[in-house]
Amino acid sequence: MRITCPTCGERDRREFYYAGAAVALDRPDAGAPPEAWDDYLHNRDNPAGVTRDLWYHEYGCAAWVVVTRNTVTHEVLKTELASDVKGQGNAG
Amino acid sequence: MRFSGLRVLKEGLTGNKGWGAHWRDASPREAYDVVIIGGGGHGLSTAYYLAKNHGITNVAVLEKGYLGGGNIGRNTTIVRANYMLPGNAEFYSHSLKLWEGLEQELNYNVMMSQRGQIVLFHSDGQRDALARKGNAMLGQGDDAEMLSREGVRRHLPYLDFDNARFPIYGGILQRRAGTARHDAVAWGFARGASDRGVDLIQNCEVTGIDIENGTVRGVQTTRGAIRAKKVAIIVAGRSSQVAAMAGMRLPIESHVLQAFVSEGLKPAINHVVSFGMEHFYISQSDKGGLVFGGHLDMYASYAARGNLPGVEHVMEAGMALMPMVGKAKVLRAWGGIMDMSPDGSPIIDKTPTEGLFLNCGWNYGGFKAVPASGWATAHLVATGTPHETAGKFRLDRFRTGYGLMDEEASGAQHNLH
Repeated sequence: MRITCPTCGERDRREFYYAGAAVALDRPDAGAPPEAWDDYLHNRDNPAGVTRDLWYHEYGCAAWVVVTRNTVTHEVLKTELASDVKGQGNAG
Repeated sequence: MRFSGLRVLKEGLTGNKGWGAHWRDASPREAYDVVIIGGGGHGLSTAYYLAKNHGITNVAVLEKGYLGGGNIGRNTTIVRANYMLPGNAEFYSHSLKLWEGLEQELNYNVMMSQRGQIVLFHSDGQRDALARKGNAMLGQGDDAEMLSREGVRRHLPYLDFDNARFPIYGGILQRRAGTARHDAVAWGFARGASDRGVDLIQNCEVTGIDIENGTVRGVQTTRGAIRAKKVAIIVAGRSSQVAAMAGMRLPIESHVLQAFVSEGLKPAINHVVSFGMEHFYISQSDKGGLVFGGHLDMYASYAARGNLPGVEHVMEAGMALMPMVGKAKVLRAWGGIMDMSPDGSPIIDKTPTEGLFLNCGWNYGGFKAVPASGWATAHLVATGTPHETAGKFRLDRFRTGYGLMDEEASGAQHNLH
């Protein structure tokens, strides 16, 4: 599996640290109800198909990258800098 | 049909023509007392113990593919009871006891082989941690022996004891641990359940769960609607998809765990051996193949296969531990789909829907749990109360933060186990 870093180009998967579903982009407000925090921390859509997750380009430019990919085929469909996506909702 | 030495002899002398099918390939009826979604190890053992322990035989097991075609046939067959935390310890202890009597219980040769598992340690700190774990195992009533470096050498003379980075300081041995023939476990439970009246229905995919006023009424399947008073979701690997049919979003992420089998070799590795410094464990099957694996690839996946970095990592760890395996050729590799829960421990619980039960989150340890998981799930479905060995496998422990079972102490978060 190769992942295209938006700043560095296509790189080996080993350069990236996987940080799970891209829910971290939609962190609840401090005053959000406990259910929102439970969803944020624990519950996942966990789709068999297209998903969005967060990868950290640890051995590269240190960018956080939102990767849209297929969990059944391992095909990488789209990569974006997390800083460009954050706050737009629907992070997955 | 009962298996016995006499029967094997008779069949051997008469051309093996008298062996019949081991279970009925049933067609779905309109209604059951209990419908179990998932014909894997856990679903089949649940059906068996529902019939055997609770006399509930109006039961259907619905399997979308063929019986035992999922993770029960795609694991590394290791059986052990070496957990430390309350909640896990009593459960896996119970499971190992059931394993020890399973062949007699099922009248089925599951090739249970208590060859012993040795977990190695490579530093003083690791020795202390494993000593604590071993004492917890003894406290639970299971067996554990601390082995010195020379003690390990007597069992496993072929290890690289003086490896510059990972010298072997010793190990902890559980003699009652070992391996079992995974397919036969599924077949044995299937036969036992079928003989007691349970319908085992293959090629029957559940496409919906019928719920009225908060109570489960049945399921929709590719072979028609089936009414049921109770429904149990036992589909580790696909838990999120099936639970979504009941409007649930689970604390589960599916990951891929790779495993490998070498060509058949003469007997060389007589135990289950686990490296202490990296994720690598190995045993030798009765056919002679070396069966080994490592850690998750560490990304969500349903591909049932992994990527090369994971392969390389396992091979490197194996070579660091026992260079003698370097000349063996790998015949097969595959990836299992793991239900990863945030704290690395499973879930056997009721759901917010009346009559709907959930068994999931087996992480990378579901095989050894098969008998006790079925026992506990059957108890929960039949009586409405958790079995004493599985009372801590609660679904709400993540929401409440109470009763988390994080064996690795790495935090009750996704991607840390």
